[in-house]
Amino acid sequence: MNWDKKDLLGIKELSREEILLVLDTAESFKDISKREIKKVPTLRGKTVITLFYEPSTRTRTSFEIAAKRMSADTINISSSTSSSVKGETLKDTARNLESMRPDAIVIRHSMPGAPHMLARILDSSVINGGDGAHEHPTQALLDLFTIREKKGRIDGLKVAIIGDIAHSRVARSNFFTLSHFDTEIICSGPPTMIPPDIEGIGVKIEYNMNKAVKGADVVMMLRIQKERGGISFIPSVKEYATLYGLRKEHIEKAKKDVIIMHPGPMNRGIEISDEVADGPYSVILDQVENGLAVRMAILYLLIGRES
Amino acid sequence: MKNKVLLDKKAVERTVTRMTHEILEKNQGCASLSLIGIRTRGIYLANRLQKKIEVIEKTTLPVGILDITMYRDDISTLKSPVIKKTDIPFDVNDGTIILIDDVMHTGRTTRAAIDAIMDLGRPRKIQLAVLVDRGDRELPIHPDYAGIRYEANPEEEVLVRLHEVDGKDEVVIVRS
Repeated sequence: MNWDKKDLLGIKELSREEILLVLDTAESFKDISKREIKKVPTLRGKTVITLFYEPSTRTRTSFEIAAKRMSADTINISSSTSSSVKGETLKDTARNLESMRPDAIVIRHSMPGAPHMLARILDSSVINGGDGAHEHPTQALLDLFTIREKKGRIDGLKVAIIGDIAHSRVARSNFFTLSHFDTEIICSGPPTMIPPDIEGIGVKIEYNMNKAVKGADVVMMLRIQKERGGISFIPSVKEYATLYGLRKEHIEKAKKDVIIMHPGPMNRGIEISDEVADGPYSVILDQVENGLAVRMAILYLLIGRES
Repeated sequence: MKNKVLLDKKAVERTVTRMTHEILEKNQGCASLSLIGIRTRGIYLANRLQKKIEVIEKTTLPVGILDITMYRDDISTLKSPVIKKTDIPFDVNDGTIILIDDVMHTGRTTRAAIDAIMDLGRPRKIQLAVLVDRGDRELPIHPDYAGIRYEANPEEEVLVRLHEVDGKDEVVIVRS
């Protein structure tokens, strides 16, 4: 197995073998965070810039800690503190940053395809940390890692993804990872939040959430993407919470050993109740822990080695 | 091109037995000893040393597995990107660690392994055991126990084969 990609732009560009290589590599990196000395010299002398034009707690921190645990230097730039507020274009910002010779740039942007555009003009490795409603590859990889870790397999699982599918880059990237395996993917949510052509990529639609979670091995909850106008697609948040909020009664319909996932940030009381979010089936914090290992693996594969 | 057998099955067995005795002699028994094998063949040599020490001393020493990829100084030029797990299920602090590898050449693998162990704790001592020392060092590192010394030419490759991975035990010199 080899890895010859310069960038990680989306799951769509990855093969099943590449996805599994990331997961296997992440297994080895996961142990480092459990040690007393949480550092290895693997990326010594490398520089990673995180360029975030959208808010983030988990992804940005996760990338920064991942890079630091591998001895890389990290710099964070948020849109509020960058020259974009002075009118500089993304291209110019990126070209200027590249002049300082970073090895990787992690970018989050509300514009779909922004990372792809940077990847074309930059020699540095570009990692998509979320581009609009398009893709969020590292989230899908950490989700798959968590599923494999908790279930011991990926094939044969029934995965229900519930919520604002249309505006969710997490859902899209997860469809792409899961469709490489023998999984049954069911999505559920208000009809206005489910793209009609989604069945074309092998995803089943079930508008009734009670039916969607029936017999599920994995239930993945999504929040309403308020920043992408999600709220205008539903009559009211209260109605949404009643019809598509995950509560204990739903879990009783799923498999006995179901795992509940959420990419965060959670809107408690809307798409997920407290008792489920904090309950025994929740692997939401495991996802965060695994995210670190997966991002270490991605950084190692992209910039740890010469192509 | 002709291969030369340096050690055959019986010779490998005798050599590992001798190394076992040398380790026990130098450390005056096996109290506070633990074994760490460097992937891949170092693991199987560590297991063999463990079994032989068990017979002689009636003590089962802990064995750990070390993958040094993350610590290599040539990591950027590696062909295969695969990093396997390090599994050291014991405390490395304060004890004596016998680090085990199949072939010693430049010393760079050992350097990486020492760094990796130091990140896990502070052993009182680290000693190095290798089945073959082929010479041509690039770092000032030398084995405490060497099964056999063979000054190999640059065009020679020293291959250790162990039945656990290769189906048979032997050490061969391959000339290209």
